[in-house]
Amino acid sequence: MSHPSTYRPGTAFERWIDRRLPIIRFADDFMNFPTPKNLNYWWTFGAILVICLVIQIITGVVLAMHYTPHEDYAFASVEHIMRDVNYGDIIRYTHANGAAMFFLAVYIHMFRGLYYGSYKEPREMNWILGVIIFLLMMATAFMGYVLPWGQMSFWAATVITNFFTAFPIIGEPIKTLLLGGPAVDNATLNRFYSLHYLLPFAIAGVVVLHIWAFHTSGNNNPTGVEVKDVKKDTVPFHPYYTVKDGFAIAVFMLLFAAFVFFNPNGMGHPDNYIPANPQVTPAHIVPEWYFLPFYAILRAITFNIGPITSKLGGVIAMFGSIAVLFLLPWLDTSRVRSMRYRPVARLWFVLFVIACVWLGYLGGKPAEGIYVVQAQIATAYYFAFFLIILPLLGLFEKPTAQPKSIADSVLKRDKAPVAAVAQAAE
Amino acid sequence: MTVKASFRMLASAGAALFCALGAAEAAGGKTLEYKHNHWHFKGPFGTYDKEAMQRGFQVYRTVCASCHSVDQLAFRNLGEKGGPFHLDECPAGVPESTDCSKPSENPVVKAIAAEYEVTDGPDDTGDMFKRPGLPSDKIPGPYANEQQARAANGGAFPPNLALIMKARHHGPDYVYSLLTGYETPPDTVALGPTQHYNPYFAGDMSQLLKPEYLNEEGHPVEGVEIPPGGVLAMKAPLSDGIVDYADESVPETVDQYAKDVVEFLTWASEPKMEARKSLGVVSMGYLLVLTLILFFSYRTIWSRVDH
Repeated sequence: MSHPSTYRPGTAFERWIDRRLPIIRFADDFMNFPTPKNLNYWWTFGAILVICLVIQIITGVVLAMHYTPHEDYAFASVEHIMRDVNYGDIIRYTHANGAAMFFLAVYIHMFRGLYYGSYKEPREMNWILGVIIFLLMMATAFMGYVLPWGQMSFWAATVITNFFTAFPIIGEPIKTLLLGGPAVDNATLNRFYSLHYLLPFAIAGVVVLHIWAFHTSGNNNPTGVEVKDVKKDTVPFHPYYTVKDGFAIAVFMLLFAAFVFFNPNGMGHPDNYIPANPQVTPAHIVPEWYFLPFYAILRAITFNIGPITSKLGGVIAMFGSIAVLFLLPWLDTSRVRSMRYRPVARLWFVLFVIACVWLGYLGGKPAEGIYVVQAQIATAYYFAFFLIILPLLGLFEKPTAQPKSIADSVLKRDKAPVAAVAQAAE
Repeated sequence: MTVKASFRMLASAGAALFCALGAAEAAGGKTLEYKHNHWHFKGPFGTYDKEAMQRGFQVYRTVCASCHSVDQLAFRNLGEKGGPFHLDECPAGVPESTDCSKPSENPVVKAIAAEYEVTDGPDDTGDMFKRPGLPSDKIPGPYANEQQARAANGGAFPPNLALIMKARHHGPDYVYSLLTGYETPPDTVALGPTQHYNPYFAGDMSQLLKPEYLNEEGHPVEGVEIPPGGVLAMKAPLSDGIVDYADESVPETVDQYAKDVVEFLTWASEPKMEARKSLGVVSMGYLLVLTLILFFSYRTIWSRVDH
């Protein structure tokens, strides 16, 4: 931890513990972590995401007690949970909608990091760990979606694992390894279940590293200006941010609960209430909404590029759209962290958010006609934003003046009229 | 970005998501827009109409059950809380020691189950045997397996109805429209003997246009419209008066039968809905109070610092 410990063991018992395993000191330091006093509500999504992960793990462990990972019983065991397990419907709906809420929060969290330059020196590790968590989340969500063994489960597994066959030579063996055989069947369901139970704990592990990393570098903040004076610029995490995060979590839970209790199937697809049938292909195979932008990128590549077929090109583009995030800390050449002081970058950022949302919309549409052209334009912009715009902007743009310190920015904003009067008097 | 603006954005994004995803688009070919009925079970406070469910079960049993199963339903479900035949108190004439709120002791459920014959076994000599149904039995379907069902229905497989409302976009409106929507097909199409036209059923009617309405390339000639909907193997299952309701005040019409059977099948798809919604109201209330407490705690604690 980057700040000096302020913990004083008060009792003999605490002193005894502190000499052997300073776990109380650890918790105390954690709660007193000096946190920039100007964090806005976009910063509450970190805590919201921790809650999302905990909810998924707890509901998931309970679901696993009643679920049967076998192709003949999986669908029936999910209905058994819905109908016969005490509060089983609520536990399952919480888990299913929880995945969607988790992604909603993680997307906001990532856009926040992008806007405020939270990936820049010295927080590159923090950003990279975040992208790893995002990848693990995608794998976990995908495999979890297969477990109910409905029509969409089965066909999603078929389509997604089929991507890998686009790669020459290694493609087929990878697909066979993922599926446990030549096609989606019981072996696939078993290994997906095993991994779906394993990966959340891997996520929890990387989350610990993610938190450790920013407890080393300190939080970024909306100004992007580093903490200069701990006394003036920061407040202890507790109670200031426990209460602020707590409030934001409660608001988020209201939205979450509205889905779980009043529209639990709103984000799902009706075809997943039909048992998996290898003989019948659904009319439209669509992933859950949180994968739609990537699905649109995959399908946007409809042309061959030299030896690269359109299929391989689509898969490369889709994986590339995440791979490029790993390079972001070095692609952005600007020395100014927060886009608050980068008016030009801000416009490109807004366009980027629109492109992502638009890709999400297009991912849910059939890949034909005008939709394909739009997806190609949005995909081109997605990559241009990282590979052309951010590298060049840093060299050419004129940022506006940054505040000298966090305390300064806070005073300026809150006491602007007073400060102006004071200046005039001088 | 200010705090207020951030929250407004988040709230509106959430609301938009909630609405947009709730009304997912209908899949398949072009069909007529579904008829909208005002269902008793819609909305955050919506509940099932118990009498409509009971009548709907009668319609299912008299009409639908000859081809369609309700795989996930057991007789006991009918007597569980929120189910069509749940009893809070025993009717007159039942021994006092009986707890009729328990599905296993509910006399109505026991009587319904006993009217069915189920296969049990093996017995002590290793043979399967038939016995009257018990509340704990699954409601038997009309066919032993899918192959038998297809053989009896000209190759078509009548789907399980216990999840039908959740397995179709806008399930209740769709099933209601389908059941009440059968029409004589337009003159431009020719149907086979086992094909029945319904403008609400997803399909492709362009394949059934009579040859005189097609040009040499097989496309419809100008001025000929492709009718909406498609054809299905099920002929119009309901007709006025086909089910005899005990309650004389309820009309015995196709429209009423369709509404009642939708009520029953929606319950069959989502038997815990009432309990879920009432828990939801309590949860939302709790969260609202918690949110307010946390908000004022936040304001109080942060009033001490410039931020």
